[in-house]
Amino acid sequence: MNQQQAFEQRIDEALHNAQLRQNFRSAMDGIRQRRAEQFPDEAQLQALREQVQSIRSYSLQNQAELLEKLETKLTENGIQVHWAANPEEANGIIADILKAADAKTVVKGKSMVSEETELNHYLEEQGLEVIESDLGEYIIQLAKEPPSHIVAPAIHKNRVEVAELFQNFHPELPYTENIDELTETARIILREKFAKADAGISGVNFAVAETGTLCLVENEGNGRLSTTAPELHIAITGIEKVIDKLTDIPPLLEILTKSATGQPITTYFNMISRPRQEGELDGPKAVHLVLLDNGRSRIRWDDELLDTLRCIRCGACMNHCPVYVHVGGHAYGSVYPGPIGLALEPQRLGLDKAGSLTSACSLCGACGEVCPVKIPLPKIINRLRAESVNNQESSTVSGKGTLRHTSEAWIWKLWSISYSSPSLHRLVSWAGTRLSGLLPKKLGAWTNYRSRPTPAKCTLHELVKSAGVAND
Amino acid sequence: MSKPSRVYFFGTCLIDMLYPNAGMAAITLLQREGLEVIFPQNQSCCGQPAFNSGYRDEALKVARSQLDLFPEEIPIVVPSASCGGMMLHHWPELFEGQPDHQHACDVAARVVEFADFLVNTLQIELQDKGEPTYIAVHHSCSAQREMAVASATDKLLSQLLEVTVERHQRPTECCGFGGTFAVKQPDISGAMVEAKTKAICATSAKTVISQDCGCLMNITGCADKQQHDLKGQHLAEFLLERTS
Repeated sequence: MNQQQAFEQRIDEALHNAQLRQNFRSAMDGIRQRRAEQFPDEAQLQALREQVQSIRSYSLQNQAELLEKLETKLTENGIQVHWAANPEEANGIIADILKAADAKTVVKGKSMVSEETELNHYLEEQGLEVIESDLGEYIIQLAKEPPSHIVAPAIHKNRVEVAELFQNFHPELPYTENIDELTETARIILREKFAKADAGISGVNFAVAETGTLCLVENEGNGRLSTTAPELHIAITGIEKVIDKLTDIPPLLEILTKSATGQPITTYFNMISRPRQEGELDGPKAVHLVLLDNGRSRIRWDDELLDTLRCIRCGACMNHCPVYVHVGGHAYGSVYPGPIGLALEPQRLGLDKAGSLTSACSLCGACGEVCPVKIPLPKIINRLRAESVNNQESSTVSGKGTLRHTSEAWIWKLWSISYSSPSLHRLVSWAGTRLSGLLPKKLGAWTNYRSRPTPAKCTLHELVKSAGVAND
Repeated sequence: MSKPSRVYFFGTCLIDMLYPNAGMAAITLLQREGLEVIFPQNQSCCGQPAFNSGYRDEALKVARSQLDLFPEEIPIVVPSASCGGMMLHHWPELFEGQPDHQHACDVAARVVEFADFLVNTLQIELQDKGEPTYIAVHHSCSAQREMAVASATDKLLSQLLEVTVERHQRPTECCGFGGTFAVKQPDISGAMVEAKTKAICATSAKTVISQDCGCLMNITGCADKQQHDLKGQHLAEFLLERTS
C-alpha cells in the first residue's frame, strides 16, 4: 500500500468512527472557546504575535551561534550536552547514559521529540521499564497508541473509554467515570513510580542560550517530579528550541499557554539550570540534554520553508483546523498531526514518504490566523504541494517531484492550454454549457455527498455580449 | 480609492459556466451606480485551481494570459473573494522571478472584491423593496481571512431592512469546498460540507447567501442531495433582487 492509500484508509476509518468524531468535535469546540477568551483585545494579540514572531525568527537566524552559547553555558552549569543527527543516535545516547548509571526504571514527562525517535519502544527493547507520567501520555501508553494531539495526547478518548482502560489495567481499584477520581487513581499509581524511578526523561519548551536554562511548561507537576525526584535527568529536544535570552520567555510563555489550552499561565513552569550542588537536599545528581536534528537542518536551506521551524508546539493550528476536527490526530499517521504536521512532516521525512499529507487541507487559513508565531502555514502547505509534483533543480526539499502522476499532470496541461487560449476557452465553455446533458449523473465522489452541479444554459461571456456590456 | 467612472469586471470561471446570472447581477448593480463596466471577452480564469494543486507552471500560463486584458488604470472588480484573493495576493507570488512580475503586481494591485467595492469605494446605499425574509450567510474562508471582506457583505445585508440574517453554528468554519481539495480528499470534504449544511439547515432560513459561488455550489449541492429546502444565491443576485 502506498502512502496515499494508507492515508485514505486511516481517514476512512476515522470518518466512520462516530464516537471518535464526537470526542474531537466537543474537545476542539471547547478549546477554541477557551483560547478566544484569553485574547479579548485583537490589537494586543497582534502586537504579542509580532513580538514572539521576531523572537523566534531571531533564534532561527542565529541558531548556530545560539546553540554554541547554549552548550557552553549548560556545560558551565554542569549539564552535559549531546548532539544527535537522527533518532537512532538520540536513542543510543540516552540508552548509554541510562546504562552507565545502571538505571532500570524511567519516568517520562511529555515529549513529542521522544515520539519522533520512538524512545519508549527502544528503551523497552533494552529491558528498561518506561512509565509516562503525563496523565494523557499514561492513558495512551496503557492503550498502546501514539498521541493524537501534540498538547493533549489522549484527547481522542472520552472519560468512559479512560475509565474502562484503567479498569482493565488496575482491576484492584474501584471503577469510576468521575474525572477527578480517575486523576486521583493515576496520581496514586504514578507517585509510587516517581519515588522508585532511577531516571527521569523530559522534553524542553525553550532552551535559553544566555543562561543555559531548560524551560518546561506543564500542568500536572509530573514534569517537575520527573526532572527532580530521580537521581538522573535526561532532557531531549529539537535544535530549533533554542532562544537567546531569559527576557524572551515572558511573551513566549504567555502566548504559548493562552494559545494551547486557553490558560493565562500553566500550573507549573520549570526552569532547570543545573544538577544538585554540594549541600543541596534534592534534585538530580546528573542532568543531560540531547539536542536532536532529525531533518531540521535541511529545512533551513529554504528561506520560505524555514518559517516552519518557528513553531512553539502549542497545537492551536490543529485545534482550529476543520480537517483535524473531523478526522482526529491518528488519521494523519505522523508524529505531528494537523496543519503543522502537514508542513513539518513532509519536510522532515521527505515528500516521497509523507507528501500525501499536504492534500488534507482546504487552504481555509484558520491555522495561519491563530498561529502565535505567525507561521504562514497555508502558504507552506501549498508550496509543498508544488514541490511534490515538480522536480526543480534549485529545490532543497527531500523527495521533490515524487508525487507527480502522468495522468494528473496531463489534465493540468490540457486545462492550461484551453484556459490560456481565448478560442479554445470559448469552445470548452460552449461545450460545457450546451452538452451538460451528456454528463453522467454521478461525478465521482463529489456526488456521494452532493447533487451534481448544473451548468447554466449559456455562459456569462455570452450574457454580457447580448446585454451590450462594453467588451474590451 | 475615490469613486471611478469605469471598472473592469472579472467574472471568474465558476460564475461563467455555473452562475452567469450572479455575474450579470453584479454588473447590473455596478451600472446602476453609474459606472461603465468593461468585460474583457478574452478572460477565463485566475489560475487558482492549478496553483492550489501544485501545478504552478500551468497556473502561471493561465494567469499570464489574463494580464494584458486590463490595460487601463482602473479597478478590476471580482465577484469572488477566493478568485480575488488569488489575483491580489498570489499572483505576485506566482510571478516571482518572472520577467512580467512587475506587470502582474500592477494588475493584481487593482483587484477589488465586489462587496468590498460596493461598500468601501462606492459607499452604496441600498433600499430594500422585498418582503420580510430570513436568510443565512456563509462567508467564504477567503472573504473572512485572506481578503478580510466578510464585514462588507454584513454591511450590505444590514442595509436591507426587511432581511433578517439567521446565525448558524460555527459560522467561521470552512464548508469543505477548497477547490481541488473536494476531489483529492472527497470524504473529508464531504464530512465538512455535511456539517456546514446541517448547521445552516438548522436555522429557519430558506436561502443561503455567499460572496463566493464555490461554497454555494458545495453547500446547496449537499442540501439538495439531502432534500433540504435550501436555495443558494450569490450576494449580487440577492442584492439586485431585493432592491429592484
